[in-house]
Amino acid sequence: MDVEDVLRMDRWPHILCPGCGNGTILNVLARELAERFENGDLDPDKTVLVSGIGCSSRLPGYFRLDSLHTTHGRPLAFATGLKTANPDLEVIVITGDGDAAAIGGNHLIHAARRNLDVTVICANNYIYGMTGGQVSPTTPEGDVSTTTPYGNPEPPFDLCELVMGAGAPHVERWTTAHPVQLKAAIGRALDREGFSFIDVLSQCPTNYGRRNGFRDAREMVEWLRENTSTRDEEGKIRIGILRDEEREPFHARIRKVLEKAGGDGD
Amino acid sequence: MRIEVRIAGFGGQGVILAGVVLGRAAAVYEGLEAVQTQSYGPEARGGASRSDVIVSDEEKIMFPYVREPDHLVVMSQEAYDKYIGDVKSDGLVVYDSTLVEPSRGDVEHVGVPATEKAEEELGLRIVANMIMLGAYRELTDIVSFDSLRNAVMDSVPPGTEETNEKALRLGAELAEGGAD
Amino acid sequence: MRDENGKVEFLQGNEACAEGAIAAGCRFFAGYPITPSTEIAERMSARLPEVGGVYVQMEDEIASLAAVIGASWAGVKAMTATSGPGFSLMQEHMGYAVMTETPCVVVNIQRGGPSTGQPTKASQGDVMQARWGSHGDYEVVALSPYDVQEMFDLTVECFNWAETLRVPAVLLADEVVGHMRERVVLREDVETVDRELPPEGEEVERPFPLEPDDLVPPMPVFGRGHRVHVTGLTHDERGYPCTDDPEVHRKLVRRLCNKVRKRAGEIHESVGYDFIERDSDIALVAYGGCARTVLEAAEEAGVTVFRPKVIHPFDEGLVRRLLDGYEVLVVEMNLGQYYEMVKMALDPDCVHLLGYPGGYPPTPERVVEEVERLGG
Ligand SMILES: Cc1ncc(C[n+]2csc(CCOP(=O)(O)OP(=O)(O)O)c2C)c(N)n1
Ligand code: SF4
Repeated sequence: MDVEDVLRMDRWPHILCPGCGNGTILNVLARELAERFENGDLDPDKTVLVSGIGCSSRLPGYFRLDSLHTTHGRPLAFATGLKTANPDLEVIVITGDGDAAAIGGNHLIHAARRNLDVTVICANNYIYGMTGGQVSPTTPEGDVSTTTPYGNPEPPFDLCELVMGAGAPHVERWTTAHPVQLKAAIGRALDREGFSFIDVLSQCPTNYGRRNGFRDAREMVEWLRENTSTRDEEGKIRIGILRDEEREPFHARIRKVLEKAGGDGD
Repeated sequence: MRIEVRIAGFGGQGVILAGVVLGRAAAVYEGLEAVQTQSYGPEARGGASRSDVIVSDEEKIMFPYVREPDHLVVMSQEAYDKYIGDVKSDGLVVYDSTLVEPSRGDVEHVGVPATEKAEEELGLRIVANMIMLGAYRELTDIVSFDSLRNAVMDSVPPGTEETNEKALRLGAELAEGGAD
Repeated sequence: MRDENGKVEFLQGNEACAEGAIAAGCRFFAGYPITPSTEIAERMSARLPEVGGVYVQMEDEIASLAAVIGASWAGVKAMTATSGPGFSLMQEHMGYAVMTETPCVVVNIQRGGPSTGQPTKASQGDVMQARWGSHGDYEVVALSPYDVQEMFDLTVECFNWAETLRVPAVLLADEVVGHMRERVVLREDVETVDRELPPEGEEVERPFPLEPDDLVPPMPVFGRGHRVHVTGLTHDERGYPCTDDPEVHRKLVRRLCNKVRKRAGEIHESVGYDFIERDSDIALVAYGGCARTVLEAAEEAGVTVFRPKVIHPFDEGLVRRLLDGYEVLVVEMNLGQYYEMVKMALDPDCVHLLGYPGGYPPTPERVVEEVERLGG
């Protein structure tokens, strides 16, 4: 199966800016899905994409799959209904840093706590891209956005620490400079039962880069490559597999409730 | 026949359940019209708790709230003091004489030592509500004993049916003795 | 105890609502506790697992309606229940359910507002919110029960209309009927309606046709090979975002409204209403828990009375047919919401209001007094 077969080619050209990190994520996800559909690891008719609102949240609309483009911040709440009502669905949630951690922060920690069996891909570009570059909960301190013209006075969230604190069993961080590793990470997340969270450090050249000293997308990707490390290194952002454990997923626990109540059918 | 009953006491005495059982006996087992309402929220915390029942053998009960009870079944002094003024003159007040000292003159009072007898004879203070209910039924014949017993059986936790039925019968006996 | 139609019970309105939902085929409930609706969630948490359904207590009401919509797209009939503050939080997703044509049921056991208001007391203050609470033009179905039996029956109707029209349907009840106990028959013969589905395994090219303007398209639920994109953005027939074409937006929104509006008469006829005609110049109008007072008062005063069960969509033609020529007194537990709609249908000078917020319906005597003041 080709990548074109999993995409809605009739929707090209897409709306993303040239050089946007979301393009890389789209590409990598499409390749991983195409492979899995091809070798039968995954059924395209049972694979569902869910997203919130933001540039990153537009990605599901480009896949020739069932996809639910929801409201800002709430894709995990919608996914909770989809997945628990039909556990046969493979649910992939695509979200942004604002979507997941600001307006949707509460749903994020509760989905992690419940161990909802979904794969979350968070395009973390440090900014509200869609609305034109306002500060987000992951914008580094001191950085400039359209609503922090004097520099961001707030400390940022570490999204991986956040979801691990809430109980997420599988957590990885990669960047758009690591497409091969990112693809493998998505594969692992699809294989794991339970809440998988992939924090993808990504570039928004249009609304973050140009206000913070980057000339173009290439420079930003370069920065992501040079300033991250799979080992704990002074001054570098830790990437890689941050946690990989097993925990009973939410739908299995619900199943047990049904068994107790006698409503499990057989 | 249209009777407004208020059952009142303090939280934990089971007055809400008593009202539900009475309403159920009337509506399900006697085919009468019945509506039960109760106090909620701050009003229902601690202090006085109440469960109101309207029973009628006429058409559907529309306005669902008790305004002037014909009958008050009361299990605490606080509830007595709070609700005694609402009772119709010549109305019936059945009170737990272990806990309540009656004061109003123009209503009929029947004292039932429910809490005392619940402890003494059944070893279980919490069935005082069923003693009161048994006594109240005996005095008014508002529903048949069988209907009331059936409604109790539907409503109490499994394993407690026997004690609750004994309490109903004990209440009936105490009422016979007390109604003079 | 049983009668010929089912089990006879003595239940709270809220409990009857939960039983109605299960009888209608509801197999998913997500909610967040709030007085005076909590008994619905409590009963669903006990009953759903017995019938193979899923209960989830979500982190808030926004998430609750989101999960319900998600479950509906998974092909399962789903419901949430709340009261004023929670209903306010749900408004963005009411709009989302309208835009994505997602059948679901939202129960609102109305309590006194604004804000936290009177948590344990009754109100009918959300009549307009049910209709206009989310942004944009839209229509929903909202039904108002006046007794415990209707808490059961109209919950079933909400599911049926939600499935028929692919809209969120609101059970717009109030604390009076939510909390009171009465006899109820848990009917086993309920007629249920299921959404129309496209043939399984078929990709659906045009899941959201723009025309005809009152069309309810089949629902391509997920996991059956339909491969549809569903978005709250204005979308074209393929379901793709299309936010720049005024004609597409106009056609879409017109259809979302008309598929409900054009069937207002049919909905009223099928759900029913009470109209008790008496030889009088005055007619009373009331719905929900407050109607119990008004039906009693109308009998006492010897005047005509109209009790709608369908609050939205409003059927102007019906109201005109029944009430034209009367001096009409609308009695409701708010400062005049249904009243405004009645005024639009009739000569406004002939429409009067007894607006009665505060937590309890007025007594029949209070209503009779008002009838006398009007000269009845
Ligand atoms: C309730 C609500 N509030 C605000 C918005 C406006 N809004 C749209 S996208 C967005 C931020 C998106 O940022 P992020 O999630 O980081 O995604 P990105 O666009 O950067 O990919 C905001 C605030 C909205 N659509 N809904
Ligand atoms: S604004 Fe930023 S995040 Fe949005 S498409 Fe453009 S580059 Fe990408």
